[in-house]
Amino acid sequence: MAEGPLRVLLVDDEAPARRRLRELLDDCTSVLPLTVIGEAQHGREALDLLQSAPADLVLTDIHMPDMDGVELARHLLKLSHPPVVIFTTAFHEHAVQAFELNAVDYLMKPIRVQRLLSALHKVPRLRPVTAEKLAQLPTTARRFLSVTERSRVVLVPLDEVVYLKAELKYITIRTAQREFLLEESLTKLECEFGARFVRVHRNCLAARDHIRGFERRVNDDGDAHWEVLLAGVPETLPVSRRQQFVVRDVGRETAA
Amino acid sequence: MAVIIRQNPNQPALPDFRNLGTVLRILLAVNAGVAIVALARAPQLSAVYPEWIEGTATVEPYLLLVLAALWAGSPWLAKLPFSVGAGLVALVTILAGRVVFSAMDMLAPQPPGTLLRWILCGLVAVAVLLFYFNLRARALSPAITEARLQALQARIRPHFLFNSINAVLSLVRTDPRRAEVALEDMADLFRVLMRDNRDLTPLEDEVELCRQYLELEQLRLGDRLTVDWNVKSMPADALVPPLMLQPLLENAVYHGIEPSSAPGTVSINLFLSRGEVHAILKNPYRATGGNHHSGNKMALANVRERLALHFDAEASLESRVTKDAYEVHIRIPYRTAVSESSLAAPTVTGPMPGSDSERSRDSNVRIIVPQAARG
Repeated sequence: MAEGPLRVLLVDDEAPARRRLRELLDDCTSVLPLTVIGEAQHGREALDLLQSAPADLVLTDIHMPDMDGVELARHLLKLSHPPVVIFTTAFHEHAVQAFELNAVDYLMKPIRVQRLLSALHKVPRLRPVTAEKLAQLPTTARRFLSVTERSRVVLVPLDEVVYLKAELKYITIRTAQREFLLEESLTKLECEFGARFVRVHRNCLAARDHIRGFERRVNDDGDAHWEVLLAGVPETLPVSRRQQFVVRDVGRETAA
Repeated sequence: MAVIIRQNPNQPALPDFRNLGTVLRILLAVNAGVAIVALARAPQLSAVYPEWIEGTATVEPYLLLVLAALWAGSPWLAKLPFSVGAGLVALVTILAGRVVFSAMDMLAPQPPGTLLRWILCGLVAVAVLLFYFNLRARALSPAITEARLQALQARIRPHFLFNSINAVLSLVRTDPRRAEVALEDMADLFRVLMRDNRDLTPLEDEVELCRQYLELEQLRLGDRLTVDWNVKSMPADALVPPLMLQPLLENAVYHGIEPSSAPGTVSINLFLSRGEVHAILKNPYRATGGNHHSGNKMALANVRERLALHFDAEASLESRVTKDAYEVHIRIPYRTAVSESSLAAPTVTGPMPGSDSERSRDSNVRIIVPQAARG
């Protein structure tokens, strides 16, 4: 961490909550040098802000529209210097249990200035929470996938993903516009977004909403197989022999 | 803080003869009885139906006449002690039997002894039904005390409490006056949440409570929450179960407004139509989030159950999802404190749940003892 005052970013969808936190941080400045680099209303805004103004600490609410706090923390790990994240929450029994279990730092709202101060003192010694731990926290499935491109974090909304294809070390994310490279495991992605994607091949998940239909093709050797036709992209995806039942299942859903 | 002492709620009482549920139960029971008699008397199975028709031809006018008389006399009957009331019901049954018999006798002379048989059947039916209604009231009487507990369960989410306190804290330094108002709203809200919620309250009180609640939500959510009140033509004096609307509005905010950063509108429409009070609540519908529905259903089921306890079959709660909105429609009979007190009697005993809402108000039987007097 850089020398100098602690750089803090506040994230909460409720304006009064942000104002309160700012007041408390002001109270702390006499004891601990810190500077608030900005405020964001939800995770996406926070990530945008952090690309241009790095922070040492992100204080984020958990429940927020567009992108919640836990998802934000997962995307922040893609930054070249991920900040420490401390969650703030009004009341969430299950979430709090999970935080305790995984030793993830959190503050209960309304926050006492003493509690805040002791949390701030700890920050220089803390490491960002790992992706594995964050995945343990109860949260809804991510709304975005994040990839690093030229040291910037780019968010890909899941609605726009047409298919995910595993290739050697990486996964290719295909949207109607372009491709992105992602460093995650296809099996884990399938678990997280099971309802949204269907596995058409050992190495490929297709987005149900983008499947337009199936086409039977015969190659030169006389072997026949199915191809998935997709909305928005010209290429098609082969359906493996093992996954052939998908043609029937998805076909029925689309027909219904 | 006050303690409420009730008279023994297990004392028998007459059912409310103006309640749809009561009338329906009497009709069904008597007709089932006639069917059983027909089944027993018919020489063979094919004769059951004509036998039953014949039976109902005489029973129906008799039954309807009794019901009409009881409907008319219901307010007076309710004021009397049970034994006198039951005696009057028996007397009505005898007189109605006499009237129907004379009418039938004029049409076609009836064999001797018919009148006595009819009246005896009528009295047996009265005894059985009064016994049944008392049993039912007794079975439901823990349920009505439960209604209060349920109202407590319909309580505000802790999430709301802590977020609101946080919002008030944020005002203390910059806008102390607004903080004061917000704390007063919170005090009122929690006063209602923590009191004995068995009794019906005027609709205007419930609306005021909802206003205070939404005021607090507005403090937190700012421009994201717009509230559209359509209450100009609401019957302010209509009696409703306490916390009938607030939990549903809380749902509307929690599921309709909070999940999105875009502004949304919650609309409340209260009006009177053909003797019924209607409440229609709408909020934007956002079909995301897994645990969205479970919490929602709990509040709905809670309000629905309490409506049933207070109004039986005369109230309903329906919810539906349109393209982009979630809508809840409540319908309850229009009752006021004035119409209630004309029905009420100082001697009426404890709550008579289920079959009648009137008794559950029983404001006349409570003695309020101040804290100090209790020692």
